[in-house]
Amino acid sequence: MTALTTGARASAVGTAHTRVEGRDKVTGAARYAGEIPFDGLAHGWLVLSTITRGRVLSVDADPVLGMTGVLTVLHHGNAPRVDIDYTGVLGMPPDPTIAVFQHDRVPHAGWPVALVVAETSEQAREAAESLVVRYEEEAHDVTFPGERPDASTGPGPGGPGATEKGDLEAELAASAFVLDAEYSTPEEHHNSMEPHAVTALWDGGRLEVVDSNQGTVWVADELAKLFSLDPASVRVRSEHVGGGFGSKGVRAHQVAAVMAATSLSRPVRVVMTRRQMFSLAGYRSPTTQRVRLGADAEGRLRALEHRCLSRTSTVYEFIESGAGPARVMYDAPAHHTENQVVELDVPSPTFMRAPGEAPGSFALESAIDELAEQCGIDPIELRLRNEPEVGPVSGLPFSTRNLPACFREGARRFGWADRDPRPGVRREGRWLLGTGTAAASFFAGAAPSTAAVTAEADGTFTVRINAADIGTGARTALTLVAADAFEVPTDRVRVRIGDSDFGPAMIAGGSMGTRSWAWAVTAAAGELRERLSLGDGIPPEGITVRSDTTEAVGALAQKERHSFGAQFAEVAVDVATGEVRVRRMLGVFAAGRIVNPLTARGQFRGGMIWGISMALHEEAVRDRNTGALYGADLAGYHVATNADVPLVEADWVDDPDPDDPVGIKGIGEIGIVGAAAAVANAVWHATGVRHRALPIRPDRVLTAGTRA
Amino acid sequence: MREFGYERAVDVSGALALLDADPDARFLGGGTNLVDLMKTGVERPGRLVDVRELPLDRVEPTGAGGLRIGATVTNSDLAAHPEVRRRYPALTQAVLAGASGQLRNMATVGGNLLQRTRCGYFADVSGPCNKRVPGSGCPAIEGEHHNHAVLGASGHCVATHPSDMGVALTAFGAVVEYETADGAGRVPLGEFYLPVGDTPHLETALPAGALITGVTLPAAPVAANSRYRKVRERASYAFAIGSIAAALDVRDGVVHEVRLAFGAVASRPWRAQVAERALTGGPADAGAFAAAADAELAAARPLPHNGYKVTLMRNLVVAVLSELAEEATR
Repeated sequence: MTALTTGARASAVGTAHTRVEGRDKVTGAARYAGEIPFDGLAHGWLVLSTITRGRVLSVDADPVLGMTGVLTVLHHGNAPRVDIDYTGVLGMPPDPTIAVFQHDRVPHAGWPVALVVAETSEQAREAAESLVVRYEEEAHDVTFPGERPDASTGPGPGGPGATEKGDLEAELAASAFVLDAEYSTPEEHHNSMEPHAVTALWDGGRLEVVDSNQGTVWVADELAKLFSLDPASVRVRSEHVGGGFGSKGVRAHQVAAVMAATSLSRPVRVVMTRRQMFSLAGYRSPTTQRVRLGADAEGRLRALEHRCLSRTSTVYEFIESGAGPARVMYDAPAHHTENQVVELDVPSPTFMRAPGEAPGSFALESAIDELAEQCGIDPIELRLRNEPEVGPVSGLPFSTRNLPACFREGARRFGWADRDPRPGVRREGRWLLGTGTAAASFFAGAAPSTAAVTAEADGTFTVRINAADIGTGARTALTLVAADAFEVPTDRVRVRIGDSDFGPAMIAGGSMGTRSWAWAVTAAAGELRERLSLGDGIPPEGITVRSDTTEAVGALAQKERHSFGAQFAEVAVDVATGEVRVRRMLGVFAAGRIVNPLTARGQFRGGMIWGISMALHEEAVRDRNTGALYGADLAGYHVATNADVPLVEADWVDDPDPDDPVGIKGIGEIGIVGAAAAVANAVWHATGVRHRALPIRPDRVLTAGTRA
Repeated sequence: MREFGYERAVDVSGALALLDADPDARFLGGGTNLVDLMKTGVERPGRLVDVRELPLDRVEPTGAGGLRIGATVTNSDLAAHPEVRRRYPALTQAVLAGASGQLRNMATVGGNLLQRTRCGYFADVSGPCNKRVPGSGCPAIEGEHHNHAVLGASGHCVATHPSDMGVALTAFGAVVEYETADGAGRVPLGEFYLPVGDTPHLETALPAGALITGVTLPAAPVAANSRYRKVRERASYAFAIGSIAAALDVRDGVVHEVRLAFGAVASRPWRAQVAERALTGGPADAGAFAAAADAELAAARPLPHNGYKVTLMRNLVVAVLSELAEEATR
């Protein structure tokens, strides 16, 4: 017999499907890492430095050890040594911040200096907050921006530090229109709703880690290396994840939990508080960006320069590559991009949703809008006139580039043709109204992954792949992909994810997860169907086939591979109070084949809403005197509320990737790209004033007034 | 966090006795501020005396044409009360401008008046704050203060009072009523919050061990034409950067009576009496409104990064009074 169904059936990919674990999530049946019970569980509480630079003189553990329920205090004087001389699965060295309690140095405010472990979470917290740590304090420098002669040029994720072609000054001098402007974005934090949480325990000689992360192999691999363990003896599981946005990799809490579980020989849980997340979870560096554009009389670019300065910690280099988008979006005879970084006494920044592209697109797409204003050309038309034939820096062909289709469809739906280009002329009561647009792009890639698929004796299929569903709907998307690959209804497919024992696979990151996993699932399913077509029947244990896409992914031709999009925003501004309200947004994307329209729309819209937050709300403020964050909680750090998000629509144009087995490109990050610029450009259209510093806060609008 | 005892009081005398029995005890209302502060370590009571079940949950007319609001009336119930909506619409608007639906369902009138500042330095126990640790210093003055006070602050503290409700109550001349073991007392809301001076940790005129039992709103016909406008850094669920409660009675183009109070600009809801006096008996036009605002704000002492609040409050006075004047003559 065969388990396969034949005959006509609708494709599951492309059909809206509610989340397969949705019922579990809304009923509370789905357990998150911080709430799964364990026998004998002990609770660790991190103690963070209250100084910004210096060293720990002493950790007075004895009084705390006498407190009710306290089991141990780990610090640099007694913690086991770990090895950080390695390269992780992402091809990067580890951020030494994760190597907790290895020395007495304090390189930034909120540096982990101790872990207090107790029988209950409350006891651990009380003891941790009672722990006296003495410091020798040193002068610190957290000033950003400012003149930074000590800045250095370096590569960011996915690109070199600098690219350069043509004579910039000559082309600028020969340009009919020249724009030279500086833009800035503030320190921004991921703030996933679920805090970072982990439980570590030793079970039969294996280290078991129940965690909330974006890739269990990522965490398992680094824990094995840190603690010099056989990789096979480390298992990391992460079944449900309440948001990650780039922050949920290897962090201090997991390492501290493993140390404590090892020294106490019992399960230890460590959960970060919201306030601790602001110091320990990574963040997006602030940027200052200078954009110079030169165009001929028809608005065609002759010169493009984009320089981005970000900051990193003194212990690890992470560069926010804001100058990256220019390498994809626009060409010019003179084309210079450069990403620079300066080391300060601050926590290490990290990947945050659309690293580089999110802040970079704010500057570049604002600058294009300013150039369009100067040229007297519609900003969409200006962009269409500057569509490159090939990669501006690489010279490689684009796999697909459907940006013009996004703009045409978006303009039609948004009503762009009726727009009066003049700024500051539309009033409705106390509100000035304006509209703006911006382009978006994000790298579309795939990474090697493995999958195992099993044809069960009961006619169902089980997929095991080390994917991570960080709230994106990845589990559901893979269910649809697998259903199509097996040609069965989705209810005959069971997808299991988030377990490092399933073997290596791409993390949920870089907008590459679903594509990479779907490739591996499709490959394994194809081979399994061939096996089943032999008609030998299915034994009780089922038939399992494994795939590894390393070779196939490696064989992809060199091309410029990106998703694209067009963002539109309408805003209302009260210049008497400085309030800015987004009235509606529309994003139209060319982002490969859309697997699940329901969750895809949610992901696009979520990114766009985050873009509203980026434009108007999000800003972490660092006190120059103390070097610490001011108001590090969700009352002080504002994200958009429902009332800030009236009507946000996302849609897409047909854009299947010709080189992907399923046609997928990846949609995880492009939703935020360009969104802040579209809002900022709309604020200019409403008021006649350019806001080049984010967020566009009421006090800034009030102070800037109107041009009129 | 510190372990604490918990007891629920069923009557006022019982509540006072429970508090009196433990110097480390605190009253617990809705807990929407106190519990947060306990989690962050700003407040560390050894015992909570829950007063939310006390029979103080009614809004009743006074014989003199005002309203008496019990201390445990929730923010939600206060905002929804028909007599509040009819006689003091700005009070309803102020309450609804604060927090979220869930928080308003929990928060009480008494607790609202006693909530602490949301200054980020006050909330961060790892650093100094004169309000939290007297004499330790005020980092806001040289640090982050774009949402700090421009009126009535001192060199010791520039924190603002976060209440929206209190701004409307202040405009309408509310009186706070309390009980102590020695008997009952009353204090006008305008005198309830102490001047900052060099004692920012001493916030109210409430005697030690006292329990707020209610707030009385005197009769104020002018309040029927009133409005609360709140400006904040997002559309909902944020504390104000500037707010205004205003009531206006215009007769034949002349200001017969006006009430004005500002929020988020001082350590207390700020009754703008200078502006009220300047306006009363004068024309009800934008020029007069602006001049009155300027007269009130002449006392402002902005810091380097909060000077915009002076402009904001001036604009709010003109905008809201103009709206009220226009609606009154319509």
